[in-house]
Amino acid sequence: MKTIKTCVTALISALLVFSPVAYADKWSDQFPHIKATGDIPGDCSYESMSKKNYKGKTLKINTHAVPVMGEPTALHAEQFAKLTGAKVDVTHTPAGDLYAKAMVPFQAGQAPYDIVFGFSNFINDWRRYLEPVPKKYVEMKQMKDVTPSHIGVASWDGVMYQFPVDGDRHYLKYRKDVIDNPEYQKQYKEATGKELKVPTTWKEYGEMAAYFNGWDWDGDGEKEYGSAEVMKKDDLMYAAFYSRSAAYSKNPKTPGGFFFDLETMKPLINNPGFVEALTDWVAATKYVPPGGINFGLGDEIGSFGGGQTLFSFSWDDAFVAAMQPDSPINNKVGAAQLPGAMKVWNRKTNSWDEGFNQAPFFVWGWAVGVAKKSKEKEMAFDYLCFFANEANHQADIGIGRFGVNPFRNDDFKVDVWTQIGWDKDIAQSYVDTLAQMEQSKNRVFPLRVPGTFEFNAALATAAAKALAGQLSPQAALDEAAKQWEDILNRVGKDNVRKAYAVGVAMEDNKQ
Amino acid sequence: MNFKHKFVFLFPGLFVLIGILIFPIIFTIRLSLSGWNSYTPEMNFIGITNYIRLFTDDPRFWESFFRLSFLSVTTVILQYVIGFALAMMVWREIKFKRFFRVIFLVPMMTTPVIMTVIWRTFFHESLGPVNDLLGGLGVKPILWLSDPVIAKFTVIIVEVWQWTPFMFLLLLAGLLSLPKEPFLAAAIDGASPFRKFVYVTFPLMAPISIGAIIIRLIEASKIMDTVFVLTSGGPGTATETSSFYIYIKGLREFQMGYAATLSFTYLVIMIISLTIIAKVLTKLMIKE
Repeated sequence: MKTIKTCVTALISALLVFSPVAYADKWSDQFPHIKATGDIPGDCSYESMSKKNYKGKTLKINTHAVPVMGEPTALHAEQFAKLTGAKVDVTHTPAGDLYAKAMVPFQAGQAPYDIVFGFSNFINDWRRYLEPVPKKYVEMKQMKDVTPSHIGVASWDGVMYQFPVDGDRHYLKYRKDVIDNPEYQKQYKEATGKELKVPTTWKEYGEMAAYFNGWDWDGDGEKEYGSAEVMKKDDLMYAAFYSRSAAYSKNPKTPGGFFFDLETMKPLINNPGFVEALTDWVAATKYVPPGGINFGLGDEIGSFGGGQTLFSFSWDDAFVAAMQPDSPINNKVGAAQLPGAMKVWNRKTNSWDEGFNQAPFFVWGWAVGVAKKSKEKEMAFDYLCFFANEANHQADIGIGRFGVNPFRNDDFKVDVWTQIGWDKDIAQSYVDTLAQMEQSKNRVFPLRVPGTFEFNAALATAAAKALAGQLSPQAALDEAAKQWEDILNRVGKDNVRKAYAVGVAMEDNKQ
Repeated sequence: MNFKHKFVFLFPGLFVLIGILIFPIIFTIRLSLSGWNSYTPEMNFIGITNYIRLFTDDPRFWESFFRLSFLSVTTVILQYVIGFALAMMVWREIKFKRFFRVIFLVPMMTTPVIMTVIWRTFFHESLGPVNDLLGGLGVKPILWLSDPVIAKFTVIIVEVWQWTPFMFLLLLAGLLSLPKEPFLAAAIDGASPFRKFVYVTFPLMAPISIGAIIIRLIEASKIMDTVFVLTSGGPGTATETSSFYIYIKGLREFQMGYAATLSFTYLVIMIISLTIIAKVLTKLMIKE
């Protein structure tokens, strides 16, 4: 009898201990996307969703074009439909039209889509039309793991309007096989008298990129180039410019605004810090691949990810794409924080502060919300919660083209990346880079004010004119600053100041 | 007899006219007098503020308009010359006439956006085949899309390729409908092919030519998809046209009121300038 009892107890214990694995097997058989982890228990796991019944209901989603964010949206929609019985209609829209496609019906008081995808800097314009994320989701275990920076990005004045599905920041990507190559280090030293190492300033970045520009340094029979950057107007290039400007203009000694002086609301984008950054950027047109001045994000991902350049800086996608098993430069890349500068502009003293300065840019990322006028809010939030559940998230972040990037504390563990085939030291450099950015006290957050699009478009147009040689950096940024003044007058300085103060509080570490 | 009831039959057409033509124009005018944008989503009344902004503080619109004028006039002239030459070629009795007539129409039958994507791939400076081919001939890579001057000509190349067949089609139809007698008379008089073209074919084709040119000018002045896909108006603002600029203001920056102002102003300018162009062409090409 005692033996039977022991056996039964052991069996029950084993079932309890291994039950998640049992679920994992069950669900990963049906949904191979999560085969690496299986289902991971949670409020929005596959198991939990399978208990919901949305039969007869339709969920309408507007998302980005395939593959970036569009592909995971469609994939998780299909999975959600199978699990809950719901019908899910997914519409794919080019990035440039996401804002208007949601905004037009929002302003007309309609809700053709229950869920709208966009970018996190839409939040100020969209929040009045979005349903705040309900408390039960905010308090879920999976949400508790989201980093404070990304909770901040998804929220406005403490209210979460966007459901975190992606975490974005700009950082430096480089060819490790070149930078760490002793032969090239020697050659570079002989030619320039300087060390070949991961660049810590934009000047070093430029010097190395110029040296490794226009010759076949990886022996593949093709010419390689210095840097791939997003320089195409209206294709997120303003974000690239802010990344280059942060080191010269985000001075920890002068809190109270990076884009504007919060006190006076004077645009700062034509101060010597920004001008220095734009001057560097104009010089960069000489070490990008032919046609690099027209590179959008897709070109940048393809160029660096395809092994065409030594450096790149932007979102994670190019790095993750480069690290995929089918990439020609798999495990040959490294990540580091954005380069800094040996001086930073001090707007209080109107002079340069000498010394090293670096400022990470938490550029906006993909964001998604539920329309306030939606009739299927509960189902919509369940879908989003399912989209970002642990199993889906872990699978998604390993696929470069998905555009889903780390935003949870667990993502900063080396094991997550070594499990998908990354070399340990590369995975370490990657998670260290991301973690250092989270810990930085000199961060820049995206501009999230009324009229964000107008401000960014004016800046992008001016920067594009400088890159194309139509205007000098100073003249271009003066033109942009003048336009920013006009926009401020149209929108109302106080409206912009009120909204901008929210971002400044985050930058000044007051939130 | 009372014929008042006959006006009832006019109402359906009138309603359609009001619905699809008059109402959108009136709505655009009203919208242009409002400050509708992303942060003020309402049809408020701000008078002529938007028009003052356009005429005193928006050089980018006027630059884009003059750029558009250059692009549309250049492309239409080229399309006319090439289209006329091709039409003349297959108007004659040549071998494989039917085959050529179909082949020349192929570009027009393709989808402009798709073809522009293909052209963009061709002209891609580092990955495209055009520079590869030129490189094989020892020519340095040409900055097809990233040099402010060359990019304009790249747009012209794509537009000419896409729309010359339309000009060809209209002109060929015109040639086929010309009376035979003037040509017989010219042949009897022993006129050379050049003199026949200058004194018979060209004058007879003038009315059709003017129609074709005006139709193409109207279409070319709306150029948007080619610019959008090929260059996004860049580098800088080097290839930005009026319609692309209006799109940016309206649907990218969501300045709906101001975009309506631009649209309405653009419409007025186009009506006036196309009327003048038609008059000038008529005077130049049709001799009484």
